[in-house]
Amino acid sequence: MTDAEPPSRAIPPARARPGIVGREFHLSSLPWWAIIIIATGLTLAYLILASPPYHDTFTFLSAGLIVTLRITVSSYAIATIIGLFTGLARTSKNVIPYTVSTLYVETVRGIPLIVLMLYMAFVVVPAVANLLRVLGGWGYSAVGGSFFSNLSTIHSRDVSLELRAIVALGIGYGAYEAEIFRAGIQSIGRGQMEAARSLGMTYPQAMRHIILPQAIRRVLPPLGNDFIACLKDSSLATVLAVDELTQLGRLRRSSTFRVFETFNVVSFLYLAMTLTLSALVRGLERKMKFEE
Amino acid sequence: MDPIILVKDLHKYFGSVEAVRGVDLEVHRGEVVVIIGPSGSGKSTLLRCINHLEAPTRGEVWVDGKHLTHRQTDINAVRAEVGMVFQMFNLFPHLTALQNVALALRIVRKQSRDEAEAVGMEQLRRVGIPEKAGAYPGQLSGGQQQRVAIARALAMNPKIMLFDEPTSALDPEMIKEVLDVMLELAAAGMTMLVVSHEMGFAKAAAQRILFMDQGLIVEETTPEGLYTAPKEERTRQFLSKILH
Repeated sequence: MTDAEPPSRAIPPARARPGIVGREFHLSSLPWWAIIIIATGLTLAYLILASPPYHDTFTFLSAGLIVTLRITVSSYAIATIIGLFTGLARTSKNVIPYTVSTLYVETVRGIPLIVLMLYMAFVVVPAVANLLRVLGGWGYSAVGGSFFSNLSTIHSRDVSLELRAIVALGIGYGAYEAEIFRAGIQSIGRGQMEAARSLGMTYPQAMRHIILPQAIRRVLPPLGNDFIACLKDSSLATVLAVDELTQLGRLRRSSTFRVFETFNVVSFLYLAMTLTLSALVRGLERKMKFEE
Repeated sequence: MDPIILVKDLHKYFGSVEAVRGVDLEVHRGEVVVIIGPSGSGKSTLLRCINHLEAPTRGEVWVDGKHLTHRQTDINAVRAEVGMVFQMFNLFPHLTALQNVALALRIVRKQSRDEAEAVGMEQLRRVGIPEKAGAYPGQLSGGQQQRVAIARALAMNPKIMLFDEPTSALDPEMIKEVLDVMLELAAAGMTMLVVSHEMGFAKAAAQRILFMDQGLIVEETTPEGLYTAPKEERTRQFLSKILH
């Protein structure tokens, strides 16, 4: 080997890494995925305004949009409350809350949401209605009064399918939220609980004033992501023939056979909602990173 | 006079590991006791058994005449009388310095916000950082955080202060500001049980030094005695390592 000159392996010039180093403009550094989505969205928005088949489809579907949002918001509110308390119970050292909450989480997470929805609607709700009716009958014969007489005439058809979908989705997502809350609570260092207890606070006081405020801040982004997932899963209510967006899309398709326009608009409407929400969640994440 | 802390034949197992293997200890009112010893010798565990952050496996702990290892004792009430300062400060990061100090007064002592914050400011002044009342822990240096943590414990007006290696996590230039606060506290007559290897503090403030090794108190002496004539070989060896 000769004493060859050390290879002058220069550091690659900055412009070789588009979009990261330097201020030069590069086409490849643009977020093309977003541009394509926005362009497609604007095209569809234009079609909805200008093209009669699209316009009519949109008008027909917009009622479903409201139902979709109503299902999502109500079921997610239920899920958050269930999730918070179940998550707390999952971190409990007491065997009863731990067992009940773990049983719930493991059972519900192991069942497909669509099955859960059918089960809730066609098994649980009629069973509960029957039970209440029987109890009402007993109560009326024993005590009397309008409360028991109303109860004895209760029937599962009094419970709308939308409400059953909301309860099913709330119970299903409650299990997912519970795991998020549990992880958030457990991510707070042991020292926080010890410091709080060493000051004489009880366990519930320390949870409420020290652990939960920190844990909830930390789980806001995953909770936001689950809200988006919940919005998408609200479409499962179509199996209960609830008039939400997907169901109206299916109705529209079978009455007009305009498959292309119908599902273009359905998808567009879902995307408009989910992408807006995920932009909000990303903003929230960035804000929290900045604050930490 | 009755001792304010009385520990009788204390044992603590973590799984199959016996961290404390039969410790007897008496601490009287106004005494400052420093505990030294190699890592894993059970110093922190002993301290944490005294305010029941760890439940002793066997033995008795009495604090101010209350039997801590007895089922029916209200542990929370005893803890409110025993201040604890941690190695890692453990300030509440979502609260300001003043809120850190005032929170337990409001929740545990049921004081009004104004009362609690007045006491809080007084304690922050005592540790020398009233100007940081509105700052969050993340905005404070380690030394400042530890002083807030001391103020937080003092705000409860405790009868005893426990310090678990209060300066071990600090940069060298910040150790003094924390030790100065502790020295003032000792001078004011506070009963203190301090796990620390700050021999300067021990010399200046401690009446007694306990040397722990392998879960036992191996030697008990005065600061002077430790320097001149440690009786035990293990103590001598340990001291030669920490006194440079």
